[in-house]
Amino acid sequence: MEKNITLAMGNGGAENNTLITEVFYKAFKNDILSQSEDAAVLDTSSKIAMTTDSFTVSPLFFAGGDIGKLSICGTCNDLAMMGAKPKYLTCSVIIEEGFSTRELEKIVRSMKKELAINDAIIVSGDTKVVPKGSVDKIFINTTGVGEVVYSGISSHNLKEGMSILVSRDIGAHGATIFAAREGIGFETTLQTDCASLYPQVKALIDNDIEIVALRDATRGGVAAVLNEWAKASDVCIEVDEASIPIQEAVQGICELLGFEALSLANEGTFVLAVPKKDEQKALQILQQTNNTAAIIATTTHSHNTKVILNSSWGTKRFLDLPSGELLPRIC
Amino acid sequence: MELELKNLYDDFRDGDTLKAFAKIIAQDAAKLDRDINIMEVCGGHTHSIMKFGLPQLLPKNINFIHGPGCPVCIMPKERIDHAYILAMQEDVILVTLGDMIKVPGSHGSLQQARSKGADVRFVYSPMETLKIAQENPDKKVIFFAIGFETTTPMTAVLVDQVLKNNITNILFHINHVTVPEVMKELIDSRDEHVDSYNNQIDAFLGPSHVSVIAGAKIYEEFPTKYNRPVVVSGFEPVDVMEGISMIVKQFVENRCELEIQYKRVVSYEGNLNSQALINKYFDKVSLFRWRGLGNVPDSGLKLKDEYKHLDAEVVYKDILPLDEIEDHKLCICGDILRGIAKPPECTIFGTACKPNSPVGSCMVSSEGACAAYYKYGNLLS
Repeated sequence: MEKNITLAMGNGGAENNTLITEVFYKAFKNDILSQSEDAAVLDTSSKIAMTTDSFTVSPLFFAGGDIGKLSICGTCNDLAMMGAKPKYLTCSVIIEEGFSTRELEKIVRSMKKELAINDAIIVSGDTKVVPKGSVDKIFINTTGVGEVVYSGISSHNLKEGMSILVSRDIGAHGATIFAAREGIGFETTLQTDCASLYPQVKALIDNDIEIVALRDATRGGVAAVLNEWAKASDVCIEVDEASIPIQEAVQGICELLGFEALSLANEGTFVLAVPKKDEQKALQILQQTNNTAAIIATTTHSHNTKVILNSSWGTKRFLDLPSGELLPRIC
Repeated sequence: MELELKNLYDDFRDGDTLKAFAKIIAQDAAKLDRDINIMEVCGGHTHSIMKFGLPQLLPKNINFIHGPGCPVCIMPKERIDHAYILAMQEDVILVTLGDMIKVPGSHGSLQQARSKGADVRFVYSPMETLKIAQENPDKKVIFFAIGFETTTPMTAVLVDQVLKNNITNILFHINHVTVPEVMKELIDSRDEHVDSYNNQIDAFLGPSHVSVIAGAKIYEEFPTKYNRPVVVSGFEPVDVMEGISMIVKQFVENRCELEIQYKRVVSYEGNLNSQALINKYFDKVSLFRWRGLGNVPDSGLKLKDEYKHLDAEVVYKDILPLDEIEDHKLCICGDILRGIAKPPECTIFGTACKPNSPVGSCMVSSEGACAAYYKYGNLLS
């Protein structure tokens, strides 16, 4: 294999075959993929969930993860959030001419590792190489199919008196990416939270937790999830600000740049709504994976469709939906 | 003890301390048979006050009046048009800070200019402009400088670097403004078209970061000449509450003084090196037009004449319009910036005018009073 990806490797001919066989098939090998047919033929016995996501993150490699891990977690997590067990994924890759083959192999290895955690397989794929400057190094799209093992999860079902939990401390991914971006020059020990969430969802289901609503807090962060739920269910979500778990380094970056951790992206953190009776049991289960998991909010009817933050000194304010580009304050 | 980042804010958001200050303020305010209207001049203070819900902790006779200290909010439309026009030039990279890229001018915002192909960058530090200029030797890199005394020194350092290193492709569009001059204008307007609001403001909460640079001395004449107490205060909620309590105490004890709450950083003299650098490169402009306030004497800065070859307003004078552009008729940002109206009194607040489609300047920047009210609500119990 050449050191860098060439346009010829996307031409459908011999070089293309080498790239597919030596990089992708080698890592993703399974019976369905090996058929090399125009489409994968799948057996399903239950209801299925299906989702797709494209990944364009910059930088490609960051503390605690890379675009490969992200591309599997992201799609598998979306399935898990609908109570579905991730089973089959497709993987479509657009590579910029000249991209390092070694880095591509590293990305594919990350994907393989994360697929194993989800017990899911790649059943179909596509590779394109485009001229330099047409994409920013590499873009990955994955589409996933999962078997629904728990039905009825919906953002429309929240009622007064329910409890809302987060599965771990929030904002780590967003803060890590900001710290790694050019021009800021922070040195931190921060790591992204990027992780596959199905194992935790399975633990909740296996322990008979009544899952009312479930959402991974990706772009827009926890603030976006809570606002969507408050609107969809016509309830007020009252957050106890002091109970929100935030790492010091994440809070520090927020202070410096004028952000709120609640609005920062996560890649391995979910928000869960359960009836009050299940809150302690759900918390214990979540804390087995992350001891920072916490109960952060309850649902009321004080300002329907709004999210309210209650401070420890007795004041209240709205927690708004983040909008536009995240821009630092001027002074 | 090693200082950690969290030491800079943790204790200053302590619930018990805040409640204790609320109690002291309530006890003192009960001794007064009048209202006290305190203007927090700075948009950063407005943001803190709303974010931490401080009006909910104050007795009925202590009120905040939100001042004009938001650098993006006070920028008149014609100057935003300058930024847009410069950004649309083929060979120009326009560099600016944060929120500036969202403000709509008469042609659109810098964000929209960017989507039409203009090269607009926002930076965390003006020093990043040096790198951009180095990487783009064929382009003119224009630093669109905004802000009060807090951001002026960074622009001065950039000017200094450009001159010392003979960098030929960086120009400046200067929109720096100063706090004390506009405070005087608010108390004692000398513009015949603008009424004087002499009796509205009883005291000022001065922004600490401005005084880190310029010193507390810039407020010296307010207690003596204008009979208005000034307390220079930090931005954390405990700082603001302590600042308010110091102001209320002055009224209880019949004092009228300049005091510093933020003693951990602010001195009377300020940062003399910064002041020297600013004085080296900048002159005051006799009139600077503030959005909503009109012309305010001596409140703006410009590059000194000997550096006019760096001044984009001079170099590009043929394409930059000078006509003043008025705001939308229904928008009351002018009254809000003068402290005589609050955002919810505006008929288009939250309806036609929202953060993602702002009509007036106070809704544009996250530091604007309207944006703060919209974002955090004013959930008085």
